[in-house]
Amino acid sequence: MKKDIILAGVGGQGILTIATIIGDAATAAGLHLKQAEVHGMSQRGGDVQSNLRLSTEPIYSDLIRQGAADLIISMEPMEALRYLPYLHGEGWVVSSSHPFKNIPNYPDEEALMTELAALPHVAILPIEEVAKEHSLPKSANMVLLGMSARYMDILTPEQLRESIARVFAPKGEKVVADNIKAFDLGLAIIS
Amino acid sequence: MMKLLLGDEAVALGAVHAGISGVYAYPGTPSTEITEYIQAHAPEVRSRWCTNEKTAMEAALGMSYAGKRSLVCMKHVGMNVAADAFVNSAITGVNGGLVVLAADDPSMHSSQNEQDSRFYGKFAMIPILEPSTQQEAYDMMPYAYALSEELKLPVLMRVVTRLAHSRAEIAVREPLRQNVLNPDNERTHWVLLPGNARRQYATLVEKQALLLSKSEESPYNSEFKIQNSKLGVLACGIAYNYVMENEPHKLGIPVLKVSQYPLPEATIKAFAAQCESLLIAEDGQPMVEEQVKALLGADYPVIGRLTGALPRMGELTPDNVGAALGVSVEHPYANAQNVMPRPPALCQGCGHRDVYDALNKVAAEYPDARIFGDIGCYTLGALPPFRAIDSCVDMGASITMAKGAADAGVHPAIAVIGDSTFTHSGMTGLLDAVNDKSRITVVISDNLTTAMTGGQDSAGTNKFEAICLGLGVEPEHVRVVVPLPKNMEEITRIIRDEIDYEGVSVIIPRRECMQTLKRKLRQNKTK
Repeated sequence: MKKDIILAGVGGQGILTIATIIGDAATAAGLHLKQAEVHGMSQRGGDVQSNLRLSTEPIYSDLIRQGAADLIISMEPMEALRYLPYLHGEGWVVSSSHPFKNIPNYPDEEALMTELAALPHVAILPIEEVAKEHSLPKSANMVLLGMSARYMDILTPEQLRESIARVFAPKGEKVVADNIKAFDLGLAIIS
Repeated sequence: MMKLLLGDEAVALGAVHAGISGVYAYPGTPSTEITEYIQAHAPEVRSRWCTNEKTAMEAALGMSYAGKRSLVCMKHVGMNVAADAFVNSAITGVNGGLVVLAADDPSMHSSQNEQDSRFYGKFAMIPILEPSTQQEAYDMMPYAYALSEELKLPVLMRVVTRLAHSRAEIAVREPLRQNVLNPDNERTHWVLLPGNARRQYATLVEKQALLLSKSEESPYNSEFKIQNSKLGVLACGIAYNYVMENEPHKLGIPVLKVSQYPLPEATIKAFAAQCESLLIAEDGQPMVEEQVKALLGADYPVIGRLTGALPRMGELTPDNVGAALGVSVEHPYANAQNVMPRPPALCQGCGHRDVYDALNKVAAEYPDARIFGDIGCYTLGALPPFRAIDSCVDMGASITMAKGAADAGVHPAIAVIGDSTFTHSGMTGLLDAVNDKSRITVVISDNLTTAMTGGQDSAGTNKFEAICLGLGVEPEHVRVVVPLPKNMEEITRIIRDEIDYEGVSVIIPRRECMQTLKRKLRQNKTK
């Protein structure tokens, strides 16, 4: 079994934290893993992505082939669309609905959301608002991870929760509890 | 034990476990995380950042001279800076093992070119190792140091961005102990007067046959055993993964993996004899393709980047390699309609923004003004909304290009350079300008860190006024300002004053990088 995941967003939105948690869970589960990241110039507000490949078999390429991704997880709706050619026919897109407009020529928001919502397998949520409503403003990315957990199937929600606890442990119990709560919110909304 | 590591971290841990006593490096994407990992995890290894790649290379050679193992790391363009010391280290030879790690950036994700460091290894006539995986990068380190000490030559290890910045699980072994202090007594090896240098060079030339036999026997060069195929693939370093991702065995295509150079010529000839044609898959420039063409003769069909089978430029991907292998791919989704490019930008609140606002205000009053930029976050001042700089070439070129342009009659000629870039390669150019009394205005935009690569210490912090005065800039023309919107009137006035001065002036706008400031605030909060 394999799971090829593209994590997308804008530099500084925290996609590497999501990647770290999935990576930690995969390692703990004894899966093979490759996780290509973007470091350097693009981290200054440019488009960033991480190719995350999990498999029960050894993995060769650090990069996912076009038409091979099982899941696109995006902190930003336009960034979700950027990687569509990498998705296979049954693949899912899980995205925040909140646009991050740091360019003057950002596309028409309505047209963008229409295109995204028209995909056959898509879950879109205002993760920032959901996080804020529950007084977890810093955990929007964990809401997104919770939403994605439904489509991850190579890892269980419980394995991801344990990983959140491990990764955030150095920041204290409250941070761990908040992030698990945000994860569960995302998971419940999709279930 | 298994560890999840970035390729860079696998290199770092491999070197630490190979018993290095020091790492010498200047930050540069995609090599930075190697030294950062050693700084964070190996206090027994000397690891402070160096001023530039040349000082790093020379210090590493000095440690090798003293009998200990050393690592020097840089991005590909850093090899140009280190080249004098690098090429000559092959002539002196080494004492303790010396590995030079060059991290190339095909597709120029964070670079101004995609030069292929393997050419430097061939040029210097030393062994080159090119790992295909993070595990291999880790495993190759003790092998590289043993090879270096056996051959008495530096070894070049070349990685690319996708290996450097991708994580994988690594099986880790027991660390080796560091070498003891044992300085070399063979002065004739190290004093490269022409008489000695000729002897040393002759020795290097003689060693080439041994280097070749090492490649033929290398555990990192291997092959599939398939007889008689229409097409065979020679896959170098990371390209091997992209080839294997396309399951060549299902297509009946044999693969020869090359991860150690000089090219194993006999192995390649034997492999080519099994096939009717060869595809050369290599990330970077078509170095191997050119050599294999020469090796196999004009009648043997060799395809690759030079023939259009693979793109002439840009990094390899499983997709473009698949296409070269004739694998057809279905991807149901075309490019989306509502997607625009999202280039990086200077952070909100960044001091460089205020510097460019001020420069643009003043430059608007001087239609002939030219602003020469440099390498760092502030290169983003070339993009909207600032569009403030007219050039960006290499580390330090802002000052010297401004000088040359001023010599030619350009006025005002303004240089914008960051603090770390200034100490890397700007100081010597400033001395030229002072000695020539060139009419230039140098802006050292000091954010107290090496920001673009993630906030490493900057070699000149708290020393810039003293450096400029020491180089001979007149004290009244070394001006320090705080780049904030509220100071705009003062800053623009000072820029105007200094443009009118008929000599070298230096303006230092100084305010801490927003990223390092935020990080400090976060750290204080968790404490």
